[in-house]
Amino acid sequence: MKKVLVLGATSAIAQATVRLLAARGASLYLVARHSERLEAVAQDARTRGAARVEAEALDLDDFAQHESLVERATAALGGLDGALLAHGVLGDQERAQRSYGETEKVLRTNFLSAVSLLTPLANRFEAQRAGTLVVISSVAGDRGRQSNYVYGASKGALSVFLQGLRNRLAPAGVAVVTVKPGFVDTPMTAAVKKNALFASPEAVARGILRAVDAGQDEVYLPDFWRPIMFLIRSIPERVFKRLKL
Amino acid sequence: MAMEPKSWGRYPRVSGQKAHPVTWTSEPLPMPPEGGSLLPHGLGRSYGDSCLNEGGSLLTTERLDHFLGFDPATGVLRCESGVTLDGILRLVTNQGWFLPATPGTKFVTVGGAIANDVHGKNHVRVGTFGRHLRRFELVRSDGSRRVCSPEENRDWFEATIGGLGLTGLITWAELQLRRVSNPYMHQETIAFSNLEGFLKLTRESLQDFEYTVAWVDSLARGRHLGRGLFHRANHAPPQFSSRAPSPPRLSGLAVPFDFPGLALNRVSVAAFNALHYRMRNQGLMHYEPYFFPLDSVHHWNRIYGSQGFVQFQCVVPPGDVGVAALKEILDRSAHSGMPSFLTVLKTYGDVPSPGWMSFPKAGYSLALDFANRGERTYQLVDELDRLTREVGGRVYPAKDSRMSPESFAAYFPERERFAQYVDPAFSSSFWRRVRGAG
Ligand SMILES: Cc1cc2nc3c(=O)[nH]c(=O)nc-3n(C[C@H](O)[C@H](O)[C@H](O)COP(=O)(O)OP(=O)(O)OC[C@H]3O[C@@H](n4cnc5c(N)ncnc54)[C@H](O)[C@@H]3O)c2cc1C
Repeated sequence: MKKVLVLGATSAIAQATVRLLAARGASLYLVARHSERLEAVAQDARTRGAARVEAEALDLDDFAQHESLVERATAALGGLDGALLAHGVLGDQERAQRSYGETEKVLRTNFLSAVSLLTPLANRFEAQRAGTLVVISSVAGDRGRQSNYVYGASKGALSVFLQGLRNRLAPAGVAVVTVKPGFVDTPMTAAVKKNALFASPEAVARGILRAVDAGQDEVYLPDFWRPIMFLIRSIPERVFKRLKL
Repeated sequence: MAMEPKSWGRYPRVSGQKAHPVTWTSEPLPMPPEGGSLLPHGLGRSYGDSCLNEGGSLLTTERLDHFLGFDPATGVLRCESGVTLDGILRLVTNQGWFLPATPGTKFVTVGGAIANDVHGKNHVRVGTFGRHLRRFELVRSDGSRRVCSPEENRDWFEATIGGLGLTGLITWAELQLRRVSNPYMHQETIAFSNLEGFLKLTRESLQDFEYTVAWVDSLARGRHLGRGLFHRANHAPPQFSSRAPSPPRLSGLAVPFDFPGLALNRVSVAAFNALHYRMRNQGLMHYEPYFFPLDSVHHWNRIYGSQGFVQFQCVVPPGDVGVAALKEILDRSAHSGMPSFLTVLKTYGDVPSPGWMSFPKAGYSLALDFANRGERTYQLVDELDRLTREVGGRVYPAKDSRMSPESFAAYFPERERFAQYVDPAFSSSFWRRVRGAG
């Protein structure tokens, strides 16, 4: 990935990944909502050696902008061969249970906006027969649990969408990498009590680039989540529905 | 989120601190809860209680870590205050630049380096960290933001350098780096048999060597009082750039848990000799093991066990008065039955710092590490504090957990002027202690 569009560039995982890409001398088009924060991330990437950094402040819930955004990024970098989708919200499960409005917000940001962005990106990469799409999903999408199934559903839907996209784009030589982090120590989880399962954004970022370099399709980060999720998926529904998870 | 109280010496332990991570420079400061106060907190590499705030909030800066610009033509670097010296060195050494002043660990933040106005083994030549600061931004609890420099808001600039985190939060800073030809050091180590030997080597070395520091054998007494090893070094000249040694592999060593008190002697002394053994050979060396030998073992402070340890670092005046005081301090320590395991002797010059509360001044600086053995240790340290005060020396707040309000007043003549610049919402355990307020 040499010319990369980064969506949700101020998120902790995106920032850590941007730093690694910058150190490799990549060109970056960074998108996030807060312009001051975005500027700090862009300056940081420039200082760390990115060949070129463009930044655009944009609310990605504004779907009407998505197609033109991909065009602007491509024009600004003189081509595009990678995209990292890292924007997302945790939402509030309790509030979502009370009102569909909250549920819809989570689904819009985590699932629909990704689909809306991946559509023009996939078409462009398919046509140029090259490129890598890296999308942050979550282990929470592997099985619905009472404590966060709205968030889980948004990520589960995303993971399935990516499977299909990967299947479609494989003949064109376009890679689709589904990233499934577990708990990550970020401002998004600031209120959560930390335990040994928490990983740093830096470790997750290193794992992302390792997966991209190795041509992996789907990666659990840290990788101990793969067996854990295998076990969790294997519990029969009859038993699972009685568990307090 | 409640967090483990942490300072490097792990004494004193304080409770009830809340961490408030600061992630963006543009964020407003949180207001302290009723009866509480705020204190910026970097990587907690201060030994005592100057980076602690019992019952209050800590503004942690780990995520305030963006570089904001670096000009490889001029060596001017701008970064947020949570950027570490390690991060800076990794960015700039390969581009021919280096930090002008570095402490003995690279795991400190720029904000922490400013607030303690840290110094290195080249104080005689370049003075403190604060000398090389061009500007920084200071955010106060009233929401005000000031860019401070020798030209703009000069009083705030001078109050904040060495200002112990009490004048507000530094969000970003701009530093002037210094040129180097490569990441290597040319160093030599010479043994000396007593303090006179140290003084002689110092006189001989200061002209030709930028960096000088000595390790002292704190167990030696009598004729051998003050014997040790003298290290002197310069940045390697350009001709070494190509045939230089390869950079060290990260050891990945870490002390995984607190050592039981019994293991202390053998373990620490052995670890220590190993470190010094490495430094014995003369010649070319990568900058990392040269500047930061202790950093290769993570959490080495755990070697002192869960009671932690107390460091005492003072500076005493140059000349006979200072030398007599050094002897007295070494002698008391050697006879105390609680010898210091890591004793470091440095020379400071008279390059002034802009900071009113900056610690270094011309003379000799001695740092001693004592395992925390309770009252006996405190009594010894209190006595060393008194000796320092009597000769017109000064104790380093970054290393202190014991100095009395009287000593503080004697050491820092500008404290009342400084106190007017302290943010009303900010405080620290250290500040309350040395102001005699609990
Ligand atoms: C092994 C070792 C060797 C050392 N060697 C030396 C040495 O050679 N020379 C030397 O001078 N020191 C030395 N020190 C001490 C160390 O350099 C200082 O204590 C340094 O200030 C620690 O920085 P920190 O980022 O960990 O800050 P902390 O210890 O967390 O905080 C230090 C002070 O800085 C303030 N602060 C932190 N961030 C900000 C901010 N953004 N805005 C305003 N205030 C802030 C805090 O409130 C506190 O008062 C050494 C320490 C160790 C552990």
